[in-house]
Amino acid sequence: MKIKQRGIAGTLESSDILVVVSPDDGNEVQLMLQSKVEKQYGAAIRQLVTETLEKLGVTGVAVDVKDQGALDCVIRARVQAAVFRAAGENKVNFEVVS
Amino acid sequence: MRLRRSMMFIPGDSAGMLSNSYIYRPDSVMFDLEDAVSLAEKDTARLLVFNTLKANLYGGIETVVRINGVETPFWEDDLDMAVRGGVEVIRLPKTESVADVKEIENRIENIEKSCGRPIGDTKIMAAIESACGVVNAVSIASCTPRMIAIALAGFDYLVDMQTSRSSGSEPELFYARAAVLHAARAAKIDAFDVAYGNVNDEEGFLREVAIAKNLGFNGKSLIHPRQIELLHKAYAPTTGEVDHARKVIQAAKDAEEKNLGVVSLDGKMIDPPVIHEAQRVILLSDHS
Repeated sequence: MKIKQRGIAGTLESSDILVVVSPDDGNEVQLMLQSKVEKQYGAAIRQLVTETLEKLGVTGVAVDVKDQGALDCVIRARVQAAVFRAAGENKVNFEVVS
Repeated sequence: MRLRRSMMFIPGDSAGMLSNSYIYRPDSVMFDLEDAVSLAEKDTARLLVFNTLKANLYGGIETVVRINGVETPFWEDDLDMAVRGGVEVIRLPKTESVADVKEIENRIENIEKSCGRPIGDTKIMAAIESACGVVNAVSIASCTPRMIAIALAGFDYLVDMQTSRSSGSEPELFYARAAVLHAARAAKIDAFDVAYGNVNDEEGFLREVAIAKNLGFNGKSLIHPRQIELLHKAYAPTTGEVDHARKVIQAAKDAEEKNLGVVSLDGKMIDPPVIHEAQRVILLSDHS
């Protein structure tokens, strides 16, 4: 999926996560994470964000994540939403995201 | 037999409520994609609800998704998400006719075929929110085997009737309650009473619960977790009712073991509906 613009999803409320996806040069994923549970779950959050991006075929992207203690299902949903918005895709293929 | 006393609304765009509401143990949760979600967040709400469904946070609690109405551009995407996500029940808002139900039923069947769910696995609940819906409640309730319940939604209905909510016995809702409930019972499905909007008015809420319970509603739509325990307590059977129910069930068991066609207790014949009611009382008692 081609990232064309900045896409934002989520909030800074408790149990949520704010994800900002922006186009970036190259084929890498530049991930910036702030989390109140970073010590315990930072590595797991990074892995989940990266896996979710991979599943959507996203490369060449900068991802800024501010986590407020979100569950995995919320992290996944917010990353997907930010990516779809950044790609300008209005229609979600739920076969792909499942 | 499934208990449907409490159906709690959860805004589909609220990560916090989606993540935590299972702890309150309502009988059903309704993830709302309609009124509770702004136009700008319909897309993110769908993804949140989809991933919540897939995460199976609500084990043992019936999952319902309220889709946007068939007059909007959102309902098809809502339905695609919910059926693929494995939701148990689709709640159709503003149901006015059998045609409304058939339109989503056909679409559900196509999605089930496409994603490999058994045909008929996804159930439907029709929300009745207008005079037209109330008048057509009987045909709506019985138009498909997928229909498991109908729910009266008071706010829009009262606007349509050009009246407003009163206190006390609520005469403005009496006809709609009676009509929707009769439609449900004739179709052998469940019925939910209206939501009570003032979450700080415990007395008013319990007064309305008593009306719904006495009429025969299975339960109510709820908008706040604090209403769940109040409702469950109000629906709990008394010790005397539970004792009698246990005797009825024991008598039925004894008769079955002795191969007797007629069940009797204390010299009185017990009909199958009495046994069924006794089973319902025990179920209510076990979950109170």
